[in-house]
Amino acid sequence: MSSEQSIIETHSLNLYYGKFHALKDINLAIQAQRITALIGPSGCGKSTLVRVFNRMNDLIESVRVTGEVLVEGRNIFAPETDLITLRKEVGMVFQRPNPFPLSIRDNLTFGLEIHSDYSKQNHTEIIEQSLKDVLLWNDMKDRLSQTALNLSLEQQQRLCIARVLAMKPQIILMDEPCSALDPIATLRIEELMQELKKNYTIVIVTHNMQQAARASDYTAFLYLGELIEFGETKHIFSAPEQKKTEEYITGRFG
Amino acid sequence: MDTHTKIRKIKEFIIERLIFLSGIMSIIIVALIFAFLLKEGLTLFWQVPLSDFIFARNWYPISDPPQFGILPLILGSVLVTAGAAVISVPIGIGSALFIAEIAPPKTKEIMKAGVELLAAIPSVVIGFIGMITLAPIIKSVFGLPTGLTALSGAITLAFMAMPTIVSIAEDAITAVPRQYREAAIAMGATKWQTTWRIVAYAARPGMLAAVMLGIGRVIGETMAVMMVTGNAALIPHSILQPVRTLTATVAAEMGETVQGGEHYAALFAIGIVLFIITFLINGAADLYLHKTKK
Ligand SMILES: Nc1ncnc2c1ncn2[C@@H]1O[C@H](COP(=O)(O)OP(=O)(O)OP(=O)(O)O)[C@@H](O)[C@H]1O
Ligand SMILES: [Mg+2]
Repeated sequence: MSSEQSIIETHSLNLYYGKFHALKDINLAIQAQRITALIGPSGCGKSTLVRVFNRMNDLIESVRVTGEVLVEGRNIFAPETDLITLRKEVGMVFQRPNPFPLSIRDNLTFGLEIHSDYSKQNHTEIIEQSLKDVLLWNDMKDRLSQTALNLSLEQQQRLCIARVLAMKPQIILMDEPCSALDPIATLRIEELMQELKKNYTIVIVTHNMQQAARASDYTAFLYLGELIEFGETKHIFSAPEQKKTEEYITGRFG
Repeated sequence: MDTHTKIRKIKEFIIERLIFLSGIMSIIIVALIFAFLLKEGLTLFWQVPLSDFIFARNWYPISDPPQFGILPLILGSVLVTAGAAVISVPIGIGSALFIAEIAPPKTKEIMKAGVELLAAIPSVVIGFIGMITLAPIIKSVFGLPTGLTALSGAITLAFMAMPTIVSIAEDAITAVPRQYREAAIAMGATKWQTTWRIVAYAARPGMLAAVMLGIGRVIGETMAVMMVTGNAALIPHSILQPVRTLTATVAAEMGETVQGGEHYAALFAIGIVLFIITFLINGAADLYLHKTKK
């Protein structure tokens, strides 16, 4: 891994929820324009880790972080970090599809309007492009002003991805984005991720071992807040170096 | 086994009927009240044409011949209610947003307790306080002959509408799913953008219901209004003049009427008007909600 390609780096990252030590000395380098999967048993800290990258953990009062996290070379815990810009650069897709209770169009323009460096004329183009990127354009183009809440779960999740794409981020964080979807929709979202990685860096949390093996380039295995193993996915799944990793991916616990 | 299922079915049947009955009961009661209002009130229109009743400018029910023009009363009610709404809606919604979204937990508890306390004050007490403290202030600030004006009524009633608006709107805002807030914040929205553009928008139906109930309370309020508005049945030219509302008129005069007489019927006719106004306001709110749902 040449470090000039890594877009996210953590150096001795520790995170505490009050007294609880949730992430322990994590050192990780995530490559640009690759898909990195975070796996591990429930409660090991996967969500906590992805939420470090856009500082969503800031919403929880008891959280304390030590160490460094570099996103595109800048320490995001430095005092001069602008959270609004950071979150524009690092988009997030959640476990349950959560489109706003607005029209499809307004879901997509919300990000553009809050980051008002986009002029209004471009909105139509950006709406069209981001819906095309997630393969929703043909279905949605005639109903942009309808509420997003009537869409199927898969469509909602695609819209949530499109909403992030509209802001032109560098990195997309996905926390179990398929766990509310059926297997076929899951596969289609995975296909979409392969398309997206040409332009974006994706970090995906997943409980689904096959998904990690199928869809990711790199895999990080977390256990009880520690990064046990990190490497190329084909490596991790064929010849893991740590015993714990092997036990987990062969389904002996978790 | 067979008798078992039979008993269960009978039970089901009885329970279903009981629920149906209690549901239909509220409708029947409202219908009966309305029928009674109509029966007592409509007789007025044998003697007084409807247009005179609504549009004539004089309410002299005991002069000879009596005049039953409720235009000043309608305007009095409208002025006081609109004034109260203008004051209480922005403050109420603002407080609800503050309590639900911004206030730290301690402040939140204190404010909620305060709002509940305000709701618990009997209207006669609020009216009394308005009469003793508010009216003199308005009198001296505006240099008026009397402080008992439409403005005093509006401010007093705003205090009565506010607890309703705040507590119901706050519930509606708190009920907005956390995922919406998370999504907005993860997109880089500020606290204010999230609160205003997403949370308040999602809570709109509940906030509208809060406003409707608050205004409903204002329109129906009688006691406090009687104490602070001065009760002059004149067409008001400004909010700084004494007015008399529909409700205050009924409450003040019902005791002096002869059952079945003209004056008596006129007061019931006022009841019908109040009923229709409330009905229209609720209907408009419903319509708005249905329209925005689509
Ligand atoms: N807000 C919080 N306050 C205190 N502890 C928390 C909080 N959020 C998470 N934790 C704890 O931190 C640990 C890691 O949680 P996290 O949600 O990151 O796990 P996860 O790997 O995403 O699990 P899952 O697979 O179930 O989603 C867990 O032990 C959890 O109980
Ligand atoms: Mg999780």
